[in-house]
Amino acid sequence: MKMSVSEPEEIKINMTAMIDIVFQLLVFFIMTFKVVAMEGDFNIKMPLASESADSLDEELPDLITVRLEAGENGNISSIIVDDSETLREATMFPDLTNIVEERLAAEGNPEQNSETEVEFDIDYNLKYSYTVKAIGAVSGRALPDGKVKPLIKKVKFKDVAN
Amino acid sequence: MRLFKKKSTEILEGDLTPMIDMTFQLIAFFMLLINFSEVDRADEILLPSSVLAVPPEVRPDYQIILNLEPNGVVVFEGQKNGIDLLNPLLSRQVDAAAREGIRDPGDIAVIIRSHEDTPTGVVQELMAKCQESELQSFSLRVKNQK
Repeated sequence: MKMSVSEPEEIKINMTAMIDIVFQLLVFFIMTFKVVAMEGDFNIKMPLASESADSLDEELPDLITVRLEAGENGNISSIIVDDSETLREATMFPDLTNIVEERLAAEGNPEQNSETEVEFDIDYNLKYSYTVKAIGAVSGRALPDGKVKPLIKKVKFKDVAN
Repeated sequence: MRLFKKKSTEILEGDLTPMIDMTFQLIAFFMLLINFSEVDRADEILLPSSVLAVPPEVRPDYQIILNLEPNGVVVFEGQKNGIDLLNPLLSRQVDAAAREGIRDPGDIAVIIRSHEDTPTGVVQELMAKCQESELQSFSLRVKNQK
């Protein structure tokens, strides 16, 4: 009796359809991919008016008032610190940082400056970008090595509730 | 004499395995990086930039992201509203936060993403409107220059 020996057949899967889908998925993700710029925050605590009144008995923190005045087209024209020092030149923001730094140094240990507060009084029309620049100027100093020397941690706006 | 060699009729099949592996890795890469929080952003808003703004280390327990256009229109969850019409939306958010266990509205983080040309007075009006719903913690979001 003759026995037939069957040779094992190689099973081939058709990959074409899967590769098509995979490439379509790849194209979809590449097309919808968007590089998102890194963002950061300036934190502002604005307690309600009633809570502010309740806390009158507490010791008030050192306060620096900074007035930002708008010129034409909402651009900044001057910065007035504590109703006494007026900054007008192009270097007004670095000058503001210097004033705040000097004030903190004069008040004692710069490591314990977290209680000093800056209150901004800002013209209605001033462009928001200048406000952010001013908040940045009082918040810290960018050092050449890329690090940041922190200055003021508490920032508030004047009369925001009114 | 034989003039022609017999041509091979076999089909040449390249090994596609490495290419498919690579393609799957690329798909995984893009799937992981795709940003599903785009709903919270409004593309037309150009944020001011600063070196000193601190990227948030931890996500707040509950946050409300308000996008403010230069004309005073607030884009919130993809919908445009005037500042005056925000009260019901903010109240709903405060209620939603309370259902998630955040009873004090002061613990809700309000993130303001304002266009750089918006008058600061409008930003302050928006903050005042939020204060009417007892919201007190504000973060001014800016583009980090680092």
